[in-house]
Amino acid sequence: MTTAHAEAANGTLPHEPEKATLEGRNKVLAFWLFLGGEAVLFGTLFATFLALRNQTNEGPSANELFHLPLVAAATFLLLVSSLTSVFAIQAMHRGRVTMLRNWLLVTVLLGLCFLVLEIYEFSVYIRHEEFGMTTSAFSSAFYTLVGFHGAHVAFGILWISVLIGQLLHKGLTVVTAPKIYVSAMYWHFIDVVWVFIFTVVYLLGKVG
Amino acid sequence: MDWITTVDHKKIAILYLWAGGIFFGIGGLEAILIRIQLIKPMNTFLDAQTFNELITMHGTTMIFLGVMPVIFALMNAVIPLQIGARDVAFPFLNALGFWTFLFGGILLNLSWVMGGAPDAGWTAYTPLSSTGYSPTHGVDFYTIGLQIAGLGTLIGGINFLATIITMRAPGMSFMRMPMFAWTTFITSAIILFAFPAITVGLVLLTFDRILDANFFNVAGGGNPVLWQHIFWIFGHPEVYILILPAFGVISEVIPTFSRKRLFGYSSMVFATILIAFLGFMVWAHHMFTTGLGPVANALFSVSTMLIAVPTGIKIFNWLFTMWGGQVRFTTPNLFAAGFIPTFTMGGVTGVMLASAPADFQFHDTYFVVAHFHYVIVGGLVLGLFAGLHYWWPKMFGRMLSETLGKWTFWTFIIGFHLTFFVQHFLGLMGMQRRVFTYLPNQQFDLLNLVSTIGAMLMGVGMLIFLTNIFLTSRRPADAADDPWEDGRTLEWTIPSPPPEYNFKQTPLVRGLDAFWKEKMAGHKAMTPSEPVGSIHMPSATILPFLMSVGIFIAGLGFMFSRDEFSSSIMSFLFNNYIVTALGLLITFGSMLMRSLFDDPGWHIEPEELEGR
Repeated sequence: MTTAHAEAANGTLPHEPEKATLEGRNKVLAFWLFLGGEAVLFGTLFATFLALRNQTNEGPSANELFHLPLVAAATFLLLVSSLTSVFAIQAMHRGRVTMLRNWLLVTVLLGLCFLVLEIYEFSVYIRHEEFGMTTSAFSSAFYTLVGFHGAHVAFGILWISVLIGQLLHKGLTVVTAPKIYVSAMYWHFIDVVWVFIFTVVYLLGKVG
Repeated sequence: MDWITTVDHKKIAILYLWAGGIFFGIGGLEAILIRIQLIKPMNTFLDAQTFNELITMHGTTMIFLGVMPVIFALMNAVIPLQIGARDVAFPFLNALGFWTFLFGGILLNLSWVMGGAPDAGWTAYTPLSSTGYSPTHGVDFYTIGLQIAGLGTLIGGINFLATIITMRAPGMSFMRMPMFAWTTFITSAIILFAFPAITVGLVLLTFDRILDANFFNVAGGGNPVLWQHIFWIFGHPEVYILILPAFGVISEVIPTFSRKRLFGYSSMVFATILIAFLGFMVWAHHMFTTGLGPVANALFSVSTMLIAVPTGIKIFNWLFTMWGGQVRFTTPNLFAAGFIPTFTMGGVTGVMLASAPADFQFHDTYFVVAHFHYVIVGGLVLGLFAGLHYWWPKMFGRMLSETLGKWTFWTFIIGFHLTFFVQHFLGLMGMQRRVFTYLPNQQFDLLNLVSTIGAMLMGVGMLIFLTNIFLTSRRPADAADDPWEDGRTLEWTIPSPPPEYNFKQTPLVRGLDAFWKEKMAGHKAMTPSEPVGSIHMPSATILPFLMSVGIFIAGLGFMFSRDEFSSSIMSFLFNNYIVTALGLLITFGSMLMRSLFDDPGWHIEPEELEGR
């Protein structure tokens, strides 16, 4: 730990700065555990959705509602943002701070675009299709599952933005590196959850 | 102020103990009121609505706000010491976990003075807990209060997992870890995988109640049985979250006072893991009468009965540990010895209930009440008493009085069996649970009277325990490092109470029961694994407290967001979610502060260590 601090003070970082200190290693481990809990959280939401997906209560059904090209575009944006966050971590491992910052910015922007598309999608459903939270059990389950994911995306955008600010202010150190690393883990997790949402909610809704 | 900003695991343990103790007292008073109402047939001491609120709050308070924090108190006080660590992995999160638990608990109990406590039973089954049958804010206090408190538990669970995985002293492999550390580890894993399910359940119920969603509303296509599944996929593992730490305590106390190593240590470890695993497979045994069908009932019946196997292994291992040992019946060991037969009785009725056809008869009678109180009071609470008496000198540096301790034990355990043993028969005779009174001359009268007298006696036992604590706190703190003289694990190698850095030098562990091994080799102290050096400590901080206050305000704001207020300012603030936003702003603002200002901590230098 002390050697890692000394290296950081000299301006040379170890190869994997996120795992250079005990705090860093603890943070990464605990974040894996946290994601295990998050998996149960989304698992329960998916189970709820699957149980209620055909309970439309004479409101719109999934097949009538979903417009796949829009969702496919959103999916594409989010998948690419996961890739750019990988680039960011690779840049971090090479010690290229500017490149790291730029890839993080791209990730945040792609996440924002995804979120805008999702808000647009919801607003269309609510305004034109009369499909709101209270319409049916299906609508409640849909908005809760997809909305939870959306809230996670929004939180991730805020979080990574703060980290970009921190990076500009403090530079890449053994303190900031674990934070950036776990935020990238979080972003991948959100992406994986979206793949399931795309399959279980949208594709199954269209053809299932 | 010192207590509000502390991040030291030993102080947080004491905070958990105090807060948990107060909630335990509230839950106990609620139990006494319930028993007074049932002392005679057609009693008018309480009305039906108050009775419903009392049974709901008794169950909820005891499970979530009474015993859980006391378990966390023991874990916080003991785990870093047992594994030879200077603190938990995340001291800041540890404080945050405590404060969210406390504010969740306060929010839940505010319901008593803010227009009606929850009244749908501690399981909050829908549609009883939906707005149609439960129109007051009671169930909102339940969903939001438990949500906030549950956040704290989840944070604590992750923290202990990380602590135990990464911060064990050199030489302490997993199979050399004390049993209490093992059960804490497994309990934390169950918390991690069970609590997110109830998080979702509570969110769905909140949305149903506040946003008019349709999850459990049949008219809108919803399904009330879904609530039961979500509740019990969390709720059954929760039973093991509660009982495994008690198993851990018993596994520490019995070897210490038998002067023998724990019989079958590795089988104990694997039994613990197996119980945790099976605990997730059996949730629907709470739902036999829901109409799942014979196939599902049979599967859940068999998987439930399987749990008796690892539990039986544990019971016999404790007995074999005592067998041939030099057993000393100190207060902790009395509680541990009392635990074994009492918990076994609870286990036996558990197997009876696990038989689906028989369960159709026992369902919703006092037989079930008797069963789970044998497990939770006769198992967990006796275990907690054993643990508290055992580790009290380590936590506070003062020995509790043995005489008063023995009085506590005898009054409590006699009171306990008087209260709950007869309830088996009340249940078999057909007395329903959750009803606020019963008719005379159904042969319920005498047994209910006995049960109430027993409950009073348990209350007396609690009062003796409190007297013991009060009298002890006035005596000088002069407990020895190893006050029971036969301590086996690392916490007994350091002063009582421990200095804030715990270990001056991290010890080197050379076997199971590390301290005992050194004693047997003729050493007085542990061999250090590092030279005396500067010790890094985290700084105290107010942020965990502020974050929890923020969540508390946001919860209240959300709960009252649809209400009509007489004052227009109040309506404006609540109906536009301004109060909610303000609370969230405090929380996120504190998170931002935490993120932007790194805590460099401070150091305790070697000269200072020698000076003390």
